[in-house]
Amino acid sequence: MKYSDLDLHTRGQARFVDDLPEPEGLLHAVVLSSPAAHGRIIRLDAGKAVETDGVHAVLTADDIPGANEIGTLVADEPLLAEETVHFIGQPVALILADSERQARAALPRIDLEIDELPALVDPREAKARGELIVPPRTFCLGDVEATWKECDLVVEGTVDSGAQEHLYLETQGSLALPGERGTVRVISSTQRPTGVQRVIARLLGLAMHQVEVEVTRLGGAFGGKEDQATAWAALAALGAVIRKAPVKLVLHRQEDMIFTGKRHPYTSDFRIGLNYGGRILAYEVDFYQNAGAAADLSPAILERTLFHCTGSYFVPNVKATAYCCRTNLLPNTAFRGFGGPQGMFVIEAALFKAAVALGMSPAEIQEKNLLEEGDTFPYGMTARGCSAPVCWQEAKSRYDYKETLKRVEEFNTSHVLEKKGLAFMPVCFGISFTNAVLNQGGALVHVYSDGSVSVSTGAVEMGQGVKYKILEVAARVFSIDRKRVKVESTSTLRVANTSPTAASTGTDLNGKATELACRAILERLKGVAAGELGEEDPAKVEILEERIFYDGEKTKLMWEHLIPRVYSRRVNLSAQAHYATPGIHFDKATEKGEPFSYHAYGTAICEVTLDCLRGTYEVDAVRVVHDLGPSLAPDVDLGQAEGGIVQGIGWLTLEEVLYSDQGRLLTGTLSTYKVPDIYHTPRELEVHFLERGENPFGVFNSKAIGEPPFMYGIGVFFALLGAIKAFRPGIDVPITAPLTPERVLMTLYGNRLAELKGLGVENPTGV
Amino acid sequence: MSQMIRFILNDDYIESSLHPGTVVLDFLRQDQRLTGTKEGCREGDCGACTVLLGEPGAAGGQVVEYRAVNSCLLPLGDVEGKHLVSIEGVNPSTQVDDTVDALPLTPVQQQLVDHGAIQCGFCTPGFVVSLTGYLLSARRWDNEAAVDAVAGNICRCTGYASIKRAIAELLAQLSGSQDSDESTDNPSSGHLERLVALKVVPEYFLTIPRRLQALTAPGLGDPRSRSRTVVAGGTDLFVQKPEELVESSLSFVSKTAELRQIRVDKKRLILGAGICMEEVKDIPALKDRIPQLVAALPLIASVPIRNRATLGGNIVNASPIGDFTIMLLALGAVLGLKNGKGTREVPLDRFFKGYKKLNKKPGELLAWIALPLEEGFFSFEKVSRRRHLDIASVNSAAWISVRDGRIEKARLSAGGVAPIPLFLARSSDCLTGRPFSEELLEQALTLIHEEISPISDVRGSEQYKRLLLRQLVLAHFFKLFPEKLHPEVWI
Ligand SMILES: Cc1cc2nc3c(=O)[nH]c(=O)nc-3n(C[C@@H](O)[C@@H](O)[C@H](O)COP(=O)(O)OP(=O)(O)OC[C@H]3O[C@@H](n4cnc5c(N)ncnc54)[C@H](O)[C@@H]3O)c2cc1C
Ligand code: FES
Ligand code: FES
Repeated sequence: MKYSDLDLHTRGQARFVDDLPEPEGLLHAVVLSSPAAHGRIIRLDAGKAVETDGVHAVLTADDIPGANEIGTLVADEPLLAEETVHFIGQPVALILADSERQARAALPRIDLEIDELPALVDPREAKARGELIVPPRTFCLGDVEATWKECDLVVEGTVDSGAQEHLYLETQGSLALPGERGTVRVISSTQRPTGVQRVIARLLGLAMHQVEVEVTRLGGAFGGKEDQATAWAALAALGAVIRKAPVKLVLHRQEDMIFTGKRHPYTSDFRIGLNYGGRILAYEVDFYQNAGAAADLSPAILERTLFHCTGSYFVPNVKATAYCCRTNLLPNTAFRGFGGPQGMFVIEAALFKAAVALGMSPAEIQEKNLLEEGDTFPYGMTARGCSAPVCWQEAKSRYDYKETLKRVEEFNTSHVLEKKGLAFMPVCFGISFTNAVLNQGGALVHVYSDGSVSVSTGAVEMGQGVKYKILEVAARVFSIDRKRVKVESTSTLRVANTSPTAASTGTDLNGKATELACRAILERLKGVAAGELGEEDPAKVEILEERIFYDGEKTKLMWEHLIPRVYSRRVNLSAQAHYATPGIHFDKATEKGEPFSYHAYGTAICEVTLDCLRGTYEVDAVRVVHDLGPSLAPDVDLGQAEGGIVQGIGWLTLEEVLYSDQGRLLTGTLSTYKVPDIYHTPRELEVHFLERGENPFGVFNSKAIGEPPFMYGIGVFFALLGAIKAFRPGIDVPITAPLTPERVLMTLYGNRLAELKGLGVENPTGV
Repeated sequence: MSQMIRFILNDDYIESSLHPGTVVLDFLRQDQRLTGTKEGCREGDCGACTVLLGEPGAAGGQVVEYRAVNSCLLPLGDVEGKHLVSIEGVNPSTQVDDTVDALPLTPVQQQLVDHGAIQCGFCTPGFVVSLTGYLLSARRWDNEAAVDAVAGNICRCTGYASIKRAIAELLAQLSGSQDSDESTDNPSSGHLERLVALKVVPEYFLTIPRRLQALTAPGLGDPRSRSRTVVAGGTDLFVQKPEELVESSLSFVSKTAELRQIRVDKKRLILGAGICMEEVKDIPALKDRIPQLVAALPLIASVPIRNRATLGGNIVNASPIGDFTIMLLALGAVLGLKNGKGTREVPLDRFFKGYKKLNKKPGELLAWIALPLEEGFFSFEKVSRRRHLDIASVNSAAWISVRDGRIEKARLSAGGVAPIPLFLARSSDCLTGRPFSEELLEQALTLIHEEISPISDVRGSEQYKRLLLRQLVLAHFFKLFPEKLHPEVWI
């Protein structure tokens, strides 16, 4: 980890957008957003605001020179509202002032009147009214209809999972610097520099080459800066170009929470059929995705939900349908797992319910139905390099499941007011952008004449360690000291047409491109080296730890001597390379294809203790076996796994996004929206990596790690349900996440309030 | 031009003419352009903005006591005469240069790096400062307290596992050099020297006591004057109305020594209203007589908030859910309210008249809180969505004395179930003077439900709060009479 920026961070010297030195004449921007979830703008008058001390301008949709449109997949989202507003927090106007305080002081002086229209917040209602952003999609395998009658047991149910705030610690922000001839350079906290560049160009009526977008690092992103960083960069750019002055727009936390979309809440109906042996025969599911007011990335997220609807299991007959429902909430967006977790949660719920009905343990059914090599996914791909069973078995033995189960059962027998729960969570997660076009990466490598190396790629560093991994790739290909390599910021000037750093593919795509670029230079170096050594065959030249070898023999020539020679021979020391993942295709007409280059597998065993008096709980342990392949940076990967797991636990236990019926966010502060703190983590968190097999699609055979571990958190939810069941064996537990202490207590006692001693009244609900 | 505020920032003497209500976070980032201190929330809930505040303490100011605090809620006026340390001041090489690769890191920084306890790094300066503050303020280091010291720091990336490993190893590394037989209560002057020798803090820290003594604080006004807003810890004020405070005239409770006194008088323990929550853990009378109160501290806010939030602020704030207030209600606290003319006593259970309506005259200052020192059983229960650093859905406290199986006196209180922090008078009465039985408890519980009036909000539905309070009161009694209660009866 020595050569990344960790030391800078510990000293507070690593700069984020808001930390950059402020240029001369900087204007601070603040956004006026819609206070209504749905309505018509009757009046928008900034006259008084413009007169406020220090205010330079108030910009509205009318000031946009080009297309007022920021949608990525569907053109349905204006940057600034025009005639109507569709969610609370939708940007309406931009105030530019000398200081942030002045800009804020002007906010209430803008006269905005809205004629409110009824707001829609429920996705099922949206679907009933035909408010779908894209047509529904259905994935089919086998024939569910014909199979139901063959099943010994059919279980149905409804499952709800909540939204999740990204809560990247660094809020969204941008600094836009006007250049000559109306060009603009934007430093943005985005995962998607090219997307931001494209939108700004379109918005300002510029060509893409007139807009540069640069990112040094992000203070966390998790998907929340994939599409949702664009608006703030675009607004800053708009201000900068119109006012011909640098503009900074950094959101306050509460603005960030009110203005930006979250993980999609889903409500789903399932039907699962099994035989008495616990084999799944058929599974049918309808997903209602609450997309919010605009498409954002919702259709792609919806697709990934469908791809992961059967989780880690083989199901011979599947029918999965997904609806992208338009409501008057914030446009929801990418978040670690990208719809996958929402899909996997439902099948786990179905298995839990089926296990209860069959009188089996959920673990038994899970194990029976685990994916095996050669099994077919509902989208037609077959499982290759499938390590689901290996991970499961390894977890079982490594963490002595039998003994744990015994201990848990003994605990439950000997305790009345405390119960433990235990659950397995197998994860199978497809790696690649499901939108095939995005599966390309680029790199630009320079070797300077002093032997130092500069690498630029399309990957954005957001804490996932991609810079460090890219550095590792370059240092390994050249076999030089890591100190010689520097990985640069991400800029659309140096690497063009990049894909977002997302879908866990940042290292795969950009690492591969880096490898190709470095190899191209290496070939040229070998040619020169052979010449320098007076030898014939460049293929026999090798560099090992800075030294040049010929035909396996050590020579006197070292990297630092070779490079200046290459330069004097006027040989190109730079290379640009491009990588496109081979073989990926998907046909939306048949909903079949090979959308992923590979799958990531693993299994977690989760243990919890429930305080049945207070409804509170603790996560005792999450123990994981994860098939990682040979890791480029094991420390980084461990951190990704641990962080993902805790975030997943947060989604399912603690983190609750609440809206009023009118679509107003009720949990828009850190005092009301809680993410895991150091105490809300598993007391024991153990991650064991399997270094199985070759993965030709990853750099040096490594595998992606960003998203898959998030889903281990699902196991904690079902462990909690297990503990609830241990306390109240008979009850039917609702499957609604997050399982907050309130939900737990109401599940434990809610259906017997009238019988509880000392609750005071006969009908304590008062209704 | 307003009065100058004088203090030391890192190694530099500062005289600032900014408004005393400017929060230190803005002073550092905007005025000083020291951007290592990060802004994550401006409401005390993330810890990214943590700084250290050093105040002349024991030994007549020979020793400076450091505490980690949230700079987003810290008014500049309260820094006067003190040593303010931002991340840039924790490691002096930081100010020098960032171009050299091999600049030394402090042990705290190094352990975080070595354990990969850093991903995006946005939270990292806050963790470094909190941990450094812990090493400075705790005379005896232990893992649990060190973890609690960073419990106010949110990290969204790492899942904390690597941070916990880094902390464990940091303490292992440093404690070899720690003097183990040192008295915990005695802030020895050797502590700082040792930390300097261990390179936990830079050498210039040794010069601070002398330099602070040279700064005589003029005092920013008399807290009793009517027109001023009284700022105690500011942890509520600066969340509620920061914009107003940069324009109002403020008076700082911390500047009145009297409000920070602790004394024992006529079998009462008298606590100055300006005592901060974290100080409570070091008050011998409380540690010995009501250890459960001290044990409950980690359930309240976080170390940096507790380092600022005062007992008086918790009461005057009148939040229906204030944890300290709920405890003090059950403990039978009496308030001393003071104005220019004198002091009057008001029992805490008569202080709250309605939502944020107080039995307090304008210009009156809460001077002290008196606790009867009686033998009895005390229990505090709190359930919040997140166990730590969260506002309760419902909290409750009970103080009960028992003689020969009979409840001699009982005081129950509950928060989150009424517009005010509620003393449960009727149920307390019902228990008093009767032998304990499950029937009696049922009667008391039934009465509670007539006394309370919870409403549904983000912290829970009405139904949940009613049920939860029942559970928490049960929890008090499960602790007090474990052998007399049958769990099966109550579930
Ligand atoms: C992140 C965070 C977490 C928190 N967690 C908790 C928690 O877990 N439990 C809990 O109970 N609270 C919590 N709080 C609320 C916390 O602010 C209060 O409990 C705290 O005690 C207020 O004290 P203060 O000294 O900071 O008050 P201030 O903000 O300084 O003042 C509050 C009010 O009291 C007045 N006032 C203060 N002292 C006096 C006095 N001596 N005489 C007259 N008037 C006075 C002020 O003028 C002001 O109106 C939390 C706050 C934050 C920011
Ligand atoms: S900025 Fe979050 S605690 Fe201060
Ligand atoms: S490392 Fe990103 S928030 Fe802690």
